Amino acid sequence: MTVTLGSRSPRPHNPITNTLTTGQLPRFVEFYVLAGALVVMGGALLLIGFSWGGWIFLSIVLYLIALGALSTIAENRRKATDRIVRSLVSIAFLLAIAPLISTLFTVAAKGIGQLNWAFISQAGGAAFNPDTLAVTITSGALQAIVGTLIITGTAALMSIPIGILTAVYLVEYARPTEWMARSVTFLVDVMTGIPSIVAGLFAFSLFTLIVGPKAFSGFSAAVALSVLMIPIVVRSCEEMLRLVPHDLREASFALGVSRFSTIIKIVLPTAIAGIITGVMLAIARVIGETAPIFMAASFTDNFNANPFSGPMQTLPVLAYTGYKFPGQDIAASNASAWGAALLLVLIVVILNIIARIVARAFAPKGTR
Amino acid sequence: MSTNKTVSRPNAGLSANTTTAAPHTTGSRSPQGAGPARVKITSRPADRVFFGLSIGSAGLIIVILAAVALFLIIQAVPAITANWRTNANLSQGPTSGYADFWAYVGPLMWGTLWASAIALVIGAPIAIGIALFISHYAPRRVAGVLGYLIDLLAAVPSIVFGLWGIIVIRPLLLPLSAWLNHNLGWIPIFGGTASTTGSTILAGAVVLAVMILPIISSISREIFLQTPRLNEEAALALGATKWEMITLAVLPYARSGVVSATLLGLGRALGETMAIALIISPSIQVSWRILTEGENSQTIAANIALNFQVADGLQRQALIGTGLMLFVISLGVNMIARVIVVRTGPQATRKPKRKRVEPAASAATPASTAGVGRVDVSISDHHEGAQS
Repeated sequence: MTVTLGSRSPRPHNPITNTLTTGQLPRFVEFYVLAGALVVMGGALLLIGFSWGGWIFLSIVLYLIALGALSTIAENRRKATDRIVRSLVSIAFLLAIAPLISTLFTVAAKGIGQLNWAFISQAGGAAFNPDTLAVTITSGALQAIVGTLIITGTAALMSIPIGILTAVYLVEYARPTEWMARSVTFLVDVMTGIPSIVAGLFAFSLFTLIVGPKAFSGFSAAVALSVLMIPIVVRSCEEMLRLVPHDLREASFALGVSRFSTIIKIVLPTAIAGIITGVMLAIARVIGETAPIFMAASFTDNFNANPFSGPMQTLPVLAYTGYKFPGQDIAASNASAWGAALLLVLIVVILNIIARIVARAFAPKGTR
Repeated sequence: MSTNKTVSRPNAGLSANTTTAAPHTTGSRSPQGAGPARVKITSRPADRVFFGLSIGSAGLIIVILAAVALFLIIQAVPAITANWRTNANLSQGPTSGYADFWAYVGPLMWGTLWASAIALVIGAPIAIGIALFISHYAPRRVAGVLGYLIDLLAAVPSIVFGLWGIIVIRPLLLPLSAWLNHNLGWIPIFGGTASTTGSTILAGAVVLAVMILPIISSISREIFLQTPRLNEEAALALGATKWEMITLAVLPYARSGVVSATLLGLGRALGETMAIALIISPSIQVSWRILTEGENSQTIAANIALNFQVADGLQRQALIGTGLMLFVISLGVNMIARVIVVRTGPQATRKPKRKRVEPAASAATPASTAGVGRVDVSISDHHEGAQS
């Protein structure tokens, strides 16, 4: 580090250094060190046997050590800690992105071959030909798609009104100190934590007591999904209703408008974008639930569009049973499992994108 | 509210009459709302019907939760009280060979807690790191997008993660588990005969960790972002590096929030079914080992999923009984988490300091309203219970 303060010849291209800026590593030193670590470790591993995982892991360890040492020497221990933590935090983020990309890529790669019009438009199952004694297995997901839509739709029909009305009660009617409001808020919190399989067991128990031991039905699965969906809807609607400015309500009351009309005509329309977003995300959340549907609606290869009787197939359950309980042709079962998984991911992603677009398009104007 | 000096909304002080009718302070049925200056709000039948509907829905939530517990108990009690040795139904099928219900559910509870604990050990530090990265390290312009990417992780259905775990995580962990078993086999948890297929509890826990990442990290992120700006700037002004600023200002402020976020992640891990059911090759026993083939402790949820369709009669009720235990465990974990949020959350402890934040600065996101709305008591009081 040359001290140029006392230097007589002014050098405009070289900024004046002072005590605050001396002893600093160059700006992109992390990248240089990382590249160096990758090269060194790559060379070392080529000598003793190469593996991708080992290479990346050891390079990162070497990178952290080298960066720490370098920074301790050139700067000081505090800055070295700071740089190491910065690197660790960035690595943590990359560690989370890796599974996301890997999952989406795997599902797309495995499922894309399965995804064609026949898979979507015909019901799968095995047909036995008594003349040739051959079992022909058609792979199709129509029964699962219809089942998913019916079950999720029924669940949404039940949970959305209950959820929105509860949110209206919590925000518009209840005072925060009221025992009812407090206990409902607390119970909604608790309800979000119900394990999904317990919701399935609940629906099964309920319908066993009502209709007897053969209780599997699409409606029962919809009840299970409602238990999971209601708290999500309540939570998101509550947040959205609270964002509606008080001025609007007060202005409405000042005009002598009744509370009911104020809520219906002022508050809900103002928050509608957020409510739709929340509902979309709630649907996306429950549409992929496997365990409760598996408990309550069981699984079947037959086409069944009647939610009130008999087992019903759904996409997540098709994905599960295709792997865990494959048919005679194991490869075909696995393939249809991946096809179902890809369809499911597509539906979820589409619902998410719609939710984002709705949120973006109608977002209340404000900072951040 | 009508006399509140700190009212900041531009036209909230329009007239004393309108503010007395503010929705939070006076419900149409509220006993305390009547004051001399109160405007008489027209009350029509539609009003009363709508109020009835909304309070009915709120009541329905209490009923549903009670019903969940009630029906599980009704179904489970016969299996819990039955004599498992002599009962013809219970002594065969998935429930054969157990002295009583507790001998059956005990190892399952252990497996549930053990798998979740491993997942938490792997996932929680990474999740908190992600939250710090997004809230304090990433460039502000891309932080929102990065947060959305992490939230997308929460949207992927668990069955997809299960399938992904089978074909990606299992082979990926094989070299690691072979190495751990060979070199660190003297540590009990890495001991035993290493699995050759990879269907270990470790693989299941890694997938669980991926699933709880978005929960822990999104809640922690919200809390990190609520750290008072002035505390952070004061630390930086005293010459602290960024990490020192975080340990001085952010982490003490967010500690309880992070703890409860971790507990909520634990709650999710406890109830996760499909990933475990697909990946682990289980056995119902109490085992520490995480790298073996046949010595993986089974979890309650996966055990139910695997056996429910083949069980019948009392066996099925026994499975419902294990589900009841799972319900109790996760209810307990969630309640503790919520109580921590409410008791020691940022809003509860930092009341006086919040006054300096401008209320108008952030009416847009739920995250910001949670910390800001001190002017309007009714808003912020609600939010103390509403951390999610």
